[in-house]
Amino acid sequence: MARLHEYRGKMLLAQKGIPTPRGRAAGTPDEARQIATGIGGPTVVKIQAWVTGRAGLGGIRFAETPDEAAQVAADMLGMRVGGFVVDRVMVEEKLAIEREFYAGVIVSDRERAPMVMFSSVGGTGIEDIAREHPDAVASAVVDIEHGLKDHQARNLVRHTGIHGKLQQNLSGLLVKLYGVARTWEARSAEINPLVLTTDGKLMAADCRVTVDDYAVFRHQDLGITFARELDRPPMELERIAYAVEEGDYRGTFYFIQMVDEFQKGEGVIGFHGAGGGGSMMSMDAVINEGFRIANFVDTSGNPPASKVYRAARIILSQGPIDGYFGSGSGVASQEQFHSARGLVKAFLEEPLSVPAVIRLGGNAEDRAVEILEQVNGHVPAPVEGYKKDDSPQFCAQRLKTLVENHTLLAEIPKGRRKPAAQRPYTFETVTGGTVTYDHAICATCESKVCVKECVSQILTLNEEGCPVLNITPEEAKKGRCIECLACDVTCYFEGAGGGYVELPIAGLDDER
Amino acid sequence: MAILIDGTKRVIVQGITGREGRARAKLMKDYGTDIVGGVTPGRGGQEVEGLPVFDTVEEAWENLGSIDVSVLFIPAPLVCGAALEAIDAGVKLLVIVPDRVPIYDVLEIAKAADSAGARFVGPNTLGVLSPGKGVLGMIGGRAVSARAWFFPGPVGVCSRSGGITSSMAYYLAQEGIGATTLVHVGGDAVVGLPLPQVVRLFQDDPDTKGIVMFGEIGTSQEEQVADLIEQGVVTKPLITYIGGKGAKSGTRFSHAGAIIEGGRGTREGKVARLQEVGAHVVDNFGDIPVVAKRVLQEVGAL
Repeated sequence: MARLHEYRGKMLLAQKGIPTPRGRAAGTPDEARQIATGIGGPTVVKIQAWVTGRAGLGGIRFAETPDEAAQVAADMLGMRVGGFVVDRVMVEEKLAIEREFYAGVIVSDRERAPMVMFSSVGGTGIEDIAREHPDAVASAVVDIEHGLKDHQARNLVRHTGIHGKLQQNLSGLLVKLYGVARTWEARSAEINPLVLTTDGKLMAADCRVTVDDYAVFRHQDLGITFARELDRPPMELERIAYAVEEGDYRGTFYFIQMVDEFQKGEGVIGFHGAGGGGSMMSMDAVINEGFRIANFVDTSGNPPASKVYRAARIILSQGPIDGYFGSGSGVASQEQFHSARGLVKAFLEEPLSVPAVIRLGGNAEDRAVEILEQVNGHVPAPVEGYKKDDSPQFCAQRLKTLVENHTLLAEIPKGRRKPAAQRPYTFETVTGGTVTYDHAICATCESKVCVKECVSQILTLNEEGCPVLNITPEEAKKGRCIECLACDVTCYFEGAGGGYVELPIAGLDDER
Repeated sequence: MAILIDGTKRVIVQGITGREGRARAKLMKDYGTDIVGGVTPGRGGQEVEGLPVFDTVEEAWENLGSIDVSVLFIPAPLVCGAALEAIDAGVKLLVIVPDRVPIYDVLEIAKAADSAGARFVGPNTLGVLSPGKGVLGMIGGRAVSARAWFFPGPVGVCSRSGGITSSMAYYLAQEGIGATTLVHVGGDAVVGLPLPQVVRLFQDDPDTKGIVMFGEIGTSQEEQVADLIEQGVVTKPLITYIGGKGAKSGTRFSHAGAIIEGGRGTREGKVARLQEVGAHVVDNFGDIPVVAKRVLQEVGAL
């Protein structure tokens, strides 16, 4: 994750020479006991979770002996706080605190530069400190080319009324903290509180470091496997969705879950947006109608049908949603039939059992809506498609009407599955998919719609009149087959139904 | 008049031999933008769409004469180097289309641009389009769509979302309201020309009579626009919608800039601040055209 836990952040601070309390993270009570024994005195045990006010939640406790540290760790491990199940605690020496400060580096969008902030008062959040003690806070803009200069840091500390040796020590530490932020490309790196101990040492008692999602690729050493900013650890489906995105560079697929648990009839909607702003505006439109959204999804940047399909499958896997709402900015530059085919394939297979309203405005919207609405009669719920002249509010209201009038079938029929082919012709696709044409069926097909509709035009008819590649299977697998799903979805409705594209979703299909 | 792009600007494409660069160079040209050439290191001497390709921006400048604008279609990790190259060569306006450019790279570009007196739009931008005059980037998709969707008129359109830039201009056009220029500032947290700067450019453009702006959660851009109105720097009417009602703190909503951090950048805060200074904040995105029409009629611009 792009936000680092306290113990990971402290490793980075230590690497740049910022003193941190003795201790480390423990995953079991035994480990906590060992660490406390090594420290040899009173310790503090802290849950590792991105929540503020850990002390108030019982997430920071002191222990006099190693056994007590183990006991406290045992109490904390498995605790649920703010969407977290605690799986690690930090065991550190207890500090004798003389005084607390705040030190931070953030990237300022206003200044378009890093900013260093220091406060002679620490402990609470910097916003609260700035409000309550404005004179205690000073900040400086850093020249990205030259970095934070020592004199700049000294003046910064001076402005908060600190002088002499302490000023020098604090400014030295600020320069190192800037080094942490710059080296690991942190959107923010904060030490709060920064502690002066009774024996005169500065210590980073707690820290919060958030690495720029887009720079994670340059910092393999951080071992970040999920570069998305969230206020909690990723959920199972979010990891599955992230793997889909990582495995397919074409277009964007962004998925986050918004509610933990919900029931049928609570008005929770599966949400499928397109484009960052379009998604947000469409999300607002659904919320205005009194719905809650189960998830936030954005598939945009001209994603292939297969990616939209996988997104829709993941959205539908969330459980008891009452409806499905798809909408983007309304005037998409991309050709919208790709999205339509992806949705239809997912709706057929799941199958969709709740009403869906999809706003497909943009290039090729007429064909997109036509493809989408073909699914009606093939799934046990109504699907409506709309275009650029239909407002998101209108579409959200349509969904409301459909949801209110929809009766859920007592028993949902099984969805479409890969048919057993008598005479299969197969090739593989770029995301690990398999295209299969049952030539026994294709031979009877009159429309040959697969060849006509194939977006990348890589199909031809063999002497028997059945579709085969006009390129090599290797070329198809390298990406010439863009997974437009015409030979699957459009074959299903307009052909003889001999085509099927199997698109695995790691982690999801195992459950089906 | 228009801002940032019109028919007189001489434009190159960095990354012109790539899949996107090639396709977009053609589309920009089709729309009427004066594309004079392109740059891809190691591909000098080739031609793309009848345009000469050079190894460096400096070489392009030496051969083509002065260059006003460079549009970058470059993989994100290489953007910083390419942008610095263009700035060094003397190009004064960059349009940085790619998504996922690391934020510290953007800070470096910003510093270099400031030192050289250059500006940049993006990163993560769909670009800039002045109806009937020219396009930088990829707003509108095909030139035929762009011609059908947008026409010249009195509003300046700006947005932190690309899709919304097109759709706002389209819905305004359906209401009979044309635009001077459409600017997608980019979805990232740090961008070269954020909303307040674009709004100032619209303020200074005599043909722009009103400004339509799509804002969203995160960053302080909308608050800065409110400051400009309060200070009397911006006096033209502003019609705006702020997205992100359902957003929650600490979570990013697909745009890297769309994250509420430490209670800053909430939708409520932005709406309240803009209302306070007299901006026309609409609650439904679909209300923008109607409200824009009423406001423009009030100031006699329609």
